[in-house]
Amino acid sequence: MSAPVAHGSIRRRLLLSLLAGAAVLAIVVYFVVQSVARQVAQESQDNVLAASALSILDSARYSGQEINVDLPYSALSMLDSISDERVFYAIRLENEFLSGYDELPEADGTVAGVPAFRSATFLEEEVRVASVRRRMSTDIGQSYLQVSVAQTLSGQKQTLARISQTSMGIGAGFFLVSVLLAAIIARSTIRPLDRLTVSVSRRGPKDLRPVAAPVPSEMVPLVASLNSFMRRLKRSLTRSEDFIAEAAHRVRTPLAIVRTKAEIVQRKADNPETRTALREMIHAIDDSSRTAGQLLDHAMVTFRLDHLSQDEISLLRLVQEAVERLRPISEMKEIELHAIGTEDSIIQGDPILLQNALHNLLDNAIKYSPAGARVTVALTRHNDGGEIRITDTGHGFPEAELDRLTDRFARGANAESIVGSGLGLTIVKEVVEAHGGKMYFENMPGGGACVSLHFPLP
Amino acid sequence: MRQFALSIALIFTAGWSAAFEIENRARFGALDSGQVLRIISTADIRFFEPMIASFLAEYPDTEIDYIVASSTEMMRAIYDEEHAFDLAISSAMDLQTKLANDGKAQRYVSDATQSLPDWAIWNDMLFAFSQEPAAIVVSKEAFGDLPIPKDRHELINLLRQHPDRFRDRVGTYDVRQSGLGYLFATQDTRASDTYWRLTEVFGALEARLYCCSSDMIDAVKTGELLIAYNVLGSYAVNREDRSDFEIILPSDFTTVMLRTAMIPHNAPSQELSAIFVDHLLQRSHGQDAQPLTQSGLDLIQMETSLNRIRIGPGLLVFLDQLKKRAFLSEWESAILQN
Repeated sequence: MSAPVAHGSIRRRLLLSLLAGAAVLAIVVYFVVQSVARQVAQESQDNVLAASALSILDSARYSGQEINVDLPYSALSMLDSISDERVFYAIRLENEFLSGYDELPEADGTVAGVPAFRSATFLEEEVRVASVRRRMSTDIGQSYLQVSVAQTLSGQKQTLARISQTSMGIGAGFFLVSVLLAAIIARSTIRPLDRLTVSVSRRGPKDLRPVAAPVPSEMVPLVASLNSFMRRLKRSLTRSEDFIAEAAHRVRTPLAIVRTKAEIVQRKADNPETRTALREMIHAIDDSSRTAGQLLDHAMVTFRLDHLSQDEISLLRLVQEAVERLRPISEMKEIELHAIGTEDSIIQGDPILLQNALHNLLDNAIKYSPAGARVTVALTRHNDGGEIRITDTGHGFPEAELDRLTDRFARGANAESIVGSGLGLTIVKEVVEAHGGKMYFENMPGGGACVSLHFPLP
Repeated sequence: MRQFALSIALIFTAGWSAAFEIENRARFGALDSGQVLRIISTADIRFFEPMIASFLAEYPDTEIDYIVASSTEMMRAIYDEEHAFDLAISSAMDLQTKLANDGKAQRYVSDATQSLPDWAIWNDMLFAFSQEPAAIVVSKEAFGDLPIPKDRHELINLLRQHPDRFRDRVGTYDVRQSGLGYLFATQDTRASDTYWRLTEVFGALEARLYCCSSDMIDAVKTGELLIAYNVLGSYAVNREDRSDFEIILPSDFTTVMLRTAMIPHNAPSQELSAIFVDHLLQRSHGQDAQPLTQSGLDLIQMETSLNRIRIGPGLLVFLDQLKKRAFLSEWESAILQN
C-alpha cells in the first residue's frame, strides 16, 4: 500500500492565516497609536505656542504715539520648560516689523484672536509657528497687531520617538499574544482529527466496527463515509470468505466420489499405462481436496479469529494431544515423532485454533520429511512466555524463501512433489499472532527445519 | 609653510582689529605647532589662565590664542561680522543664549556634556562651567563702624540713613554698556521690586557707573567707592587682597550667573574645540572638580536664596528691542536724576 500524498497541513494553514491576520493587525495598531500620538503631540505643542503668542499679544499697549510691547518673561521661557528648544518670535503691526525676528514666517489666520499654525523652516531648522492677531486702535485708525511665535521640534521629536517605541512595543506584544493564541487555537481545532486518527489506527487488522465516538459536525460526513466504507468492506469480505468456504465444501464431496471411482477403476485396470494415468489422477484429486480442506480450515480460522474466545489452555496438553493424534500418520511414514519438555505454560485463547495450528505444523513436518527422519516437539518455558519448538531432520526450508513462507498460496521450491495448498503456514501465522505470539523459521545447522512459536503469558 | 600660516593669522588679526574692539589678547602654548585654538572670551586673562595652563599641561602641542572682548563686542564679532572662533566664552548668558538660539552655535555631545546637571546645559550648545554670584562688595576699612548690610533692605536703609557719607561713593554697572550688568539688573527685577527702589536710592546718591567688575573692585580698593553693587563675587574672591573687602551675598536673593562656553558654528578647529570643552567641563563639574572660582563663597549653604539664572529662551525677552528700550528708559530715569 502506498503512503498517502501529503499536500499542505491544516494546522499550518490555520496557524499561518491567524498569524498573518495578527501581523496585519499589529502593524495597524502600531500606525494608529503612532498617528494618534503624533496628533496629540502636535496639538499640545500648538497649544503652548498659542498661549505664548496670546500672552505677548495681551502685553501690547498703545501709548504715547507708539505701540509698546512688554514681552512677558514667561512667554518665551514657557516654550523651553519641558525640553531645550530654540524659540523665535516676531511682532508686526500690519506689515511693519516691530520686534523679534524679521524673517520669521507667519501662519495665515483669518479670524482675529484665533491662533493659526504652520510648519516651516527657519534658520535651517524645522519649526512650528503659531500666529495670532488682534485689532489695535492707533492714531492712524484701526490696525492689526500680529504676533508669531515659533519653536524648534526637538522635544516633539523626542516625544514621538518615545511614543514610536511604545507603540512598537504594543504592536509586538499584541503580536506575541496572538501567536500564543493562534498556536492554542490551531491545536484545539486539529485535536478531534488527531483523536479520530488515533482511534482508527489503534484498531486491530480485522476490526471493521464503525466509529462511534462523537466528532465535530464538520467531521460527521467524513466519519459517516468512513463508517459506510468499512461496512461495505466488511460485508464484501464476509461474502467472499463465505463464498470460498461454500465453494470448497461443494467441491470436496464430488472430488471424494471421483477419487473413490478412480481407485476402483485403477484396481480393475490391467493396462499399466492406464494405471499410471489413474494414479496421477488420484494424486491430483488428493491435492485438490486437500486445498479445499485447507480453504475450509482457513475460513473457519478467520471466523474464529473475529470472535476469539479466551479459554485457559495448557500448552503441555496441547502438544501431547497433537503428537498423539498424528502418531499414526508418522508411523505410517516411518518417521519418529516425540514430544519433550514437561514444564507447562498456561495461556489464554481459542483451543481449537491452536490445535489446528499445531496440527498444521506437525503435519507439514511429517509431510516434508523423508522416511526415517525424526520430528521433535519441544516445550519450554521462559520468563516472558512459553515456546513450542518443532524441529525435523528433513531437508530444511529453502534459504532464499524464508521470508515469504507465510504468504498465501506460497509453497517452498522443494514441495512440488508433495500434496499441499500453501495455506498451512498462513493459517498458523494468523492464529499465533491473534494470540499475541510470534512465529520464527530457521534451518538447523546440521540440516532440517525449525519452527518456533512464542506465546506471551497472560 | 609656517610663515605662510603666520601671515594668514596676521591678516585675520588685522581684520578683527578693524572691526570689533579687543580689550586684551594673549597666546599660550606651542606657538609654532600649527594647531591653534582661538578663544574669544569676556573673562580676564588672569581669571581664565589656570584653565588654559591645565589644558596645555595635557595637550602641550597646542597653541591657544586668547582674546578678551566685552560681551557686546563679542556679540558683534560673532553675530554681525561672523568672525571665526573655536570657542566663545561669556558671562553674558542672554547674549550667549541669543547666539545659540539664532544658530550661531553648533551642537556638541560627549560623555562630559551628558553628565552635566540640567541647569548647566542648554540644547547641547551652551555649557556652563562656573556659577558666579552677584555680590555686594564693601571696603572694610572705609566702612568703619557702619553695620555691614546682609540684604537689600538693610542696604537701602543704610544708604538712606547716611546719604552724605555715601554720596558719589556708590558704584554699580552701567547697564547700557555692560551686558553682564544688564543681565544682573533684569534678573533682579524679575526676582523682586526692591531693585527699582535701590536704583532710585542710587540715583539720589549720584552713584557712579562702571563697565566692569574689576574696575569697581579696584575703585573700592582705592577708597573711591564704599560700596559696589552687583559685582562678580568671583573676581573679588580671587584677588590676593580679598581680606580688604567684605563680600556680601544678599540673603534675600542672590543672582547667580553661569559662565558658559559654546562652539561657534563656523569654528575652524572643531576637534580641538571639543577637546577643550570636555576638559573645561570635567575640571569644573563633579567630585574632583577644580573650578576656576575657588569657593570662598559658600554657594551650597545658601541654596535657598540662590537665584540661578536659567539658560533658555526666557533670556531673549530682555534682549527684545522694545523691552530693552523700555527697561533702559526706566533705568535711566531712576539712576540719572540730575
